[in-house]
Amino acid sequence: MSNVETRSAFDPAALFKVLFLGLVAVFVLVPLLATLLGGFKSLGELRVNPFGLPRHWEWQNYADILFSARYWQLLRNSLVISTLAVTLTLITASMAAFTFAHVRFYGSSMLLSYLTLGLLFPAATAVLPLFIKVRDLGLLDTYFGVALPQVAFSLAMSVLLLRRFFRDIPYELLEAALVDGCSYVKFFRYVTLPLSRPILATVGTITFVNSWNAYLLPLVMLNTDALYPWPLGIMVYQGEYSSEWHLILAFITLTILPTIILFLLAQKHIVAGLTAGAVKG
Amino acid sequence: MVERRIASVSAMDVAKPSFAPLAVRGPSWDGRFTVLILFLPPALLLFTLFVMLPIGEAAWYSAFNWNGFGRPTNWIGFDNYRFVLETRAFWLALRNNALIIAVSLAVQLPLALTLALMLAERFRGAVALRMLFFMPYILAEIATGLIFSFVYDGDYGLVASIWRTFGAEPPHLLASTDTAMLAVLIVVVWKYFGFHMMLFIAALQGLDKNLVEAARIDGATRTQTLRHVVIPLLYPTIRLSVFFAIIGSLQLFDLVMPLTRGGPADSSNTMVSFLYNNGISRMRVGYGSAIGVILFAICVTFAFTYKRWFMRDE
Repeated sequence: MSNVETRSAFDPAALFKVLFLGLVAVFVLVPLLATLLGGFKSLGELRVNPFGLPRHWEWQNYADILFSARYWQLLRNSLVISTLAVTLTLITASMAAFTFAHVRFYGSSMLLSYLTLGLLFPAATAVLPLFIKVRDLGLLDTYFGVALPQVAFSLAMSVLLLRRFFRDIPYELLEAALVDGCSYVKFFRYVTLPLSRPILATVGTITFVNSWNAYLLPLVMLNTDALYPWPLGIMVYQGEYSSEWHLILAFITLTILPTIILFLLAQKHIVAGLTAGAVKG
Repeated sequence: MVERRIASVSAMDVAKPSFAPLAVRGPSWDGRFTVLILFLPPALLLFTLFVMLPIGEAAWYSAFNWNGFGRPTNWIGFDNYRFVLETRAFWLALRNNALIIAVSLAVQLPLALTLALMLAERFRGAVALRMLFFMPYILAEIATGLIFSFVYDGDYGLVASIWRTFGAEPPHLLASTDTAMLAVLIVVVWKYFGFHMMLFIAALQGLDKNLVEAARIDGATRTQTLRHVVIPLLYPTIRLSVFFAIIGSLQLFDLVMPLTRGGPADSSNTMVSFLYNNGISRMRVGYGSAIGVILFAICVTFAFTYKRWFMRDE
């Protein structure tokens, strides 16, 4: 709209806008770029030149990490936990959401309200009893001990999002299928799920990002270094190399790289998913 | 909307056993029963086991002095709550959560709204800037915290370098009780403003353009249109953004750990980092559960009150 109107270069409003956006962009970018570039510097150079391009590009910092077993093990652990969380969330939440969307039964709305209670408080409130529960189930120090609570805490939001989408599938379709002798289960498997790929991708992406970035649950549930996902691993790494910032910065860059790549590839789903609460259920 | 309404009306009809066209081989009770038995239990079981039961157990454990081994036997009633409320660090943590909320409302929200208004229009680079501003939100809190502990570092950090160019002795922001919380607050804004901006952009794009056009045709200036048409239309989203900011601040933890671990001298604890430092890391199950129950009560009371007062129609 506004760019159609011809404006002189000295329009103060436009100038303010450019300056303001530029300032915020610098505020966001500088810490990120300094981290990326810091990984290419020596510790000595970092001290005198934390902002600029490195005078000597120290590829060794990054190479050492990339060729270490440690880095790949952290990523693998995170990937295993997140994949478990996503798979289990999608299966359990879509089945529940289908029931809430298409099957009328006594207590349906009550059970749905019960599930949505999960939206109201963070996992941290009950983390001690949760720890004891996971221990009593013998899941302490296992991938499932982290993934199962993550699934449980992501269920409320996932069921709400999926249910809303499922309900928009024309009822006539279900009606026709049922008349033709198709069961609810088959309808779910062969009609609902294939039609719902976008929302499944969205829910899967939110669950993945949350699980990939999670810190508190793995911190409480895991004791063995070999099982640590990357947020735990990077804290251990920082503890070991306390002030060798050039190494820590390289390590940070390499561990957030997968997130940034995923973000660039799946922008649409990530933005839709993470702001999904905005669309009223 | 219309489709959804049709779908829900039809869904209600299923309940009537006499729904004629389906009577032959329709959604019989058998069919529905199978779905109920197969599809609901996994989700309900997981949710009950790992979300609802622990909350109930937190209330139970909070009445004991217990280190987590064996069964809790040492019943002490409400003493754990008394201990929590008598701890100075608890009130500091509560104050810090209030500070985070205040900054979210006074700084982050106006910033997000301004940016959204600028970036909702189409121009070259608008989408790229939106993505850039959203990026901090998807980075792990742990990584963000570590990046900023570098930024603030008194020897190698960016802040130190700026101070040195002015010839001043660089401060150790995270190591001082006066500045640690301020430093955390800046990171909170850096990390979360993009999320709120995206909420507003989504809402702006869903606005009825005719209303804005009508106001312009009636001779309203840009500022008037903004103040009397656009912003009022955004109220539901603003209320939602405030809701997220408050709930989010009450669970802030991951970001604080790499920055300050709640220190120095508890000056930058949030409720959850206070819970971690005093309950979890020392396995004081009763005491930690009491903190959890208090936090739970705050969250739930806030959520219900807020919904009742501000989001009645949503």
